[in-house]
Amino acid sequence: MDHIFFFYFAAVIATTSVLVVALRNPVYSALALLIMFFHVAGLYVTLHAEFLAAVQIVVYAGAILVLYLFVVMLLSIKSEERYHNQLPVAGLLGVMLCTEVILLLIQSRTATSAQAIPADAVTGAGNTEMVGEALYSTYLFPFEVASLILLVAMIGAIILAKKDLNEHVQQ
Amino acid sequence: MTVPLSYYLVLSGFVFLTGVVGVLIRRNIIVILLSVELMLNATNINFVAFSEYFHNVAGQVFVFFALTVAAAEVAVGLAIIIALHRTNSSIYIDDLNLLKR
Amino acid sequence: MLYALIPFLPLFSFLVVGIGEQWIKDRAHLVAVPAMAGSFLLSLMALHDVATGQAINVPLYTWLTSGTLDIHIGISIDRLTAVMLILVTTVSTLVHIYTIGYMHGEPGYARFFAYIALFTFSMLMLVMADNLLQLFVFWEAVGLCSYLLIGHWYDRASACAAATKAFLVNRVGDFGFILGLFLVWYSFGSLDYAAVFAQAGQLASKTTNLLGPFGGTWDVSVMTMICLLLFIGAIGKSAQVPLHVWLPDAMEGPTPISALIHAATMVTAGVFMVARLAPLYNLSPTAMTVVALVGALTMMLGATIALTQTDIKRVVAYSTMSQLGYMVMACGLGAYSAGMYHLLTHGAFKALLFLGCGSVIIALHHEQDMRRMGGLKDKLPVTYWTFLVGSLALAGFPLTAGFFSKDDLLVSSWSAGPLGQVLTMCGLITAGLTAFYSFRLVFVTFWGKSRVDPHHAGHVHEPSTTMTAPLMVLAVLSIVAGYLGIPTFLEPVFHGEGAGAHHEGSAALVIMALATLMGLTGIGTAYYLYVLNPGLPDRLAQQWRAAYELSLHKWYIDEAYDRSFVRPTLSAAQGLWKHVDVAIIDGAVNGVARAIAWGGWLIRLTQSGQTQHYALGMTLGAVVILTVYLLL
Repeated sequence: MDHIFFFYFAAVIATTSVLVVALRNPVYSALALLIMFFHVAGLYVTLHAEFLAAVQIVVYAGAILVLYLFVVMLLSIKSEERYHNQLPVAGLLGVMLCTEVILLLIQSRTATSAQAIPADAVTGAGNTEMVGEALYSTYLFPFEVASLILLVAMIGAIILAKKDLNEHVQQ
Repeated sequence: MTVPLSYYLVLSGFVFLTGVVGVLIRRNIIVILLSVELMLNATNINFVAFSEYFHNVAGQVFVFFALTVAAAEVAVGLAIIIALHRTNSSIYIDDLNLLKR
Repeated sequence: MLYALIPFLPLFSFLVVGIGEQWIKDRAHLVAVPAMAGSFLLSLMALHDVATGQAINVPLYTWLTSGTLDIHIGISIDRLTAVMLILVTTVSTLVHIYTIGYMHGEPGYARFFAYIALFTFSMLMLVMADNLLQLFVFWEAVGLCSYLLIGHWYDRASACAAATKAFLVNRVGDFGFILGLFLVWYSFGSLDYAAVFAQAGQLASKTTNLLGPFGGTWDVSVMTMICLLLFIGAIGKSAQVPLHVWLPDAMEGPTPISALIHAATMVTAGVFMVARLAPLYNLSPTAMTVVALVGALTMMLGATIALTQTDIKRVVAYSTMSQLGYMVMACGLGAYSAGMYHLLTHGAFKALLFLGCGSVIIALHHEQDMRRMGGLKDKLPVTYWTFLVGSLALAGFPLTAGFFSKDDLLVSSWSAGPLGQVLTMCGLITAGLTAFYSFRLVFVTFWGKSRVDPHHAGHVHEPSTTMTAPLMVLAVLSIVAGYLGIPTFLEPVFHGEGAGAHHEGSAALVIMALATLMGLTGIGTAYYLYVLNPGLPDRLAQQWRAAYELSLHKWYIDEAYDRSFVRPTLSAAQGLWKHVDVAIIDGAVNGVARAIAWGGWLIRLTQSGQTQHYALGMTLGAVVILTVYLLL
C-alpha cells in the first residue's frame, strides 16, 4: 500500500517538475508547480508529517504560488520563444549529475546499510505537538531569527517594489 | 513494508536536478525562481524522509525554516523582478548583462 | 687647542660666506681675508712652537668606535706639517687678496670665496691629520673643492667637462687609495700614523699570496702593496703619469684657483702623503723604485709637452706637472726633505707664475693665447718683473729659491745609487727644457712686438693693487725661500734618511754647475729662438713635424684615453641602455604588463556578465567534484 502511494506521488512530482522547467508559458509552469506542491504535501502525509503537509499547502500553494501568478499576470509576461542557448550543455550536465547521484546511492548502500532505527519513542504524541514542542523549546532562538528574516524581507520587498521613494518624498 | 529511504533520495535528487537544469536553461526570471522552488522542495522531501526514518523531529523543524526562507526569498525576489521590469522592461536574464560593461 | 683654530677659521669663513651668500655678496672678502690672515698668523706660531719644542698632538673628536676600530679626528703638527701649514696659509691668504681684484664684479664672487675657504679648511685638515682616514676624508674634500672651483663658471660647457674630468680621473686614484687604506687596516689593525709606524718594522718582510684564492702562487710583500696602492692615490692627486690628464684641463677654472689648488697646494698632497708615510715607503724598495720612475716619467713628459703649448696657463700647468714629477722622483729616491723643499719653493714661484698669468689675462680681457700677446713688458711692469722672478726661479737661475731647491734635489738624487744617477741625468735634461719653455713664455708674452687684439691694445694697464701686491710678496718669497734652511729644518722628520743640505764633495759641485749650465743654456736658446730669430721656431716646427705634433698634442694621451676608456665606456653604456635597459628590463616590465593585459582579456572571455553562465560553471564544478569523488 505504501509503495503504491509513494510511486503515485513520485511519478506526479517528477512529471510536474519536468513540466515546470519545460513549459514555455510561465502561467502553465506555475500551475504545474501547484500540482507538484499538492503531491509533495501528499508525500509528507505518508511520511507522518501532517503538520508540514498542511503548511505546505497553506504557505506554498496558497501564498507563494499565488504571489507568483499574481506577478506573472501583473507584468503580463508572454511565453518564452526559446530556451537559453546553453541548453545542450546544461542538459548534459543534468543527466550526468543524475547518474552520478544514483551511482553514489548504490555505492553507499553497499558500503553501509543505514537501517533500522528502533521504534519511535515519540509516537505517543501527535506530529503537530512534537514539532511545536521542538520549535518552541530547542529551536526557540532560530525561530525568532526566522521571524526577523521575514520582517526584513517584508520591508525589503516594500522598498524595492515601491515606485520611487524619493519622488514621493519630494512631492 | 515501508518504502526504502533511497527511493526518496532518488526522487529528491531528480527533482533537485530538474530545478538546476531549469535555472540553467530558462531565460524568464520568474520561471528561474520557480525552479529554485523546485530545488527547495527537493531538499524538503529529503529532510522529511530522513526525519521519518531516524525518528528525529529536527528534520521537520528544518523544513519549517526552509519554508520561511523560501517565503522571504519569494517576497524579495519578486519585488526585484518588478523593479527590474520597471527599469528594463524585460525580465529575460540574458538581457541583464550590466556586469560585463 | 689654539691651533685647532688654524683650520676652523677658514671653516668659519666658509660657513658665514657660504650660508649668507645672497646677503653678503660683494662684502665676502671682509670675512674671508681676515679669517685666512688669522689662520696664517696661528700657523706661524705653530711653526715657532714646533721649531723650539716637540710635535703638537691635539685629539679633537672621537668619530666612532666599533670593536677595535677607533676613528678619531685630531690634529698633529710636526715640522713637516708646520711647513705645509705655512705654505697653504700663505698662498691661500695671498690668493684671497688677489681674488678681490681678479673676481671683482663677478656674479659668483661670494660663492668663490666660500669655496676657497672650504678648500683651505680641507687642505689644512689634510696636512694636520694624525691618522690615515682623516687624511683620506679631507683628501676627498679637497678633490670636491677642486671640482667645484674648476666648474666655477658652470655656464661654460668646457668648464663643466673639465671639472667632471678632474673628478673622474681623481676617482681612479682614490680607488687605489681606499684599497691601500683597507690593507693598512687589515695589516696593522689601526689607521693612526703613530701606531702604523711603530709596527711597520715588524711587517716589513711579511708577504701575502695574491693568487691564493685561484690556487696559484704569487707572493707579494704586503708593505709594497700598501705603498703602491696608496701611491695610486698620489698619482691621481698629484697629476702623475698616467693620471695627469686632468691637471691641464683644470685650467678652465678661474686663475686664482689654478694658483692655489692646481699649483701650490692640492696637487702637492700626493707628494706630502708619500713624505708623511716615509717610514712605510722606506721599507719597500720596490715601491720606492716605482715612485721614482713614475716621477721621472712625469717630469720628462710634462716638460716636453710644455715646450709647444700656446695657451699661457697650459704652459704653466704642464710645468707644474713636470715639477711635481721632480718632487715625486726625489721622494722615490729617498730624498724626502729635498722633495719637500722643492715643493715649498715651487709653491711660492708657481703661485707667482699663475697669478702673473692671471694679471696678463685680466689685462687682455680674458685672452689666454700667447700668440696674441707680446710686448707687454712696458705696459705691465709689475707683472713683468714679478713674472720674470718666478720664471728665473722655475728655471733654476742662481741665487733664486728654485736654484737651491732644484740643486739640492738633484744632488740628493745623485747620491741615491745607480738608479738615482740615471734619473738625475734625466732631471738635468729636464732642467734645460724647463728653462727653455719658461723663458719662451716670458719672451713671447712680454717681449717683441705686440700682437694684442687692437680693440684691447689701447687700454691694457696694470691691474689693481690687490692683485699686484700678492705678486710682489710671492716674488720676494720666491727668492727668500732659498735661504731659510728648510732642508735642515725638515731633516729630523725623516731621521736623516736620504739626503739633506750636507752633500759636499766634488759630485755635488759638478751637478750644481751642470744644472746651472743647463738652465742658462735653456734660457739662452729661448732668447736665440724667440727674440733674435723670431721666424726660426716655425721653421724648426716644420722640420721636425712629428716631434712637434707629438708635443703639441700632449703625446696623444688624451686621444688614447678617449679611444681606450671613454668611448668604449660610452658605447658600452649605449649598448647597455639600448640592449639591456630598453630591450630586457623595459621589455620585461612591458612584457609583464602585456601578459597581464592579455591574460585579463583571456579571463574576461569567461566573464560574460550572464548570471546563467556562472551558474553553469558552478554546476560544472559540482559534476567535476562528484566525478572525482566517484572515481577515487
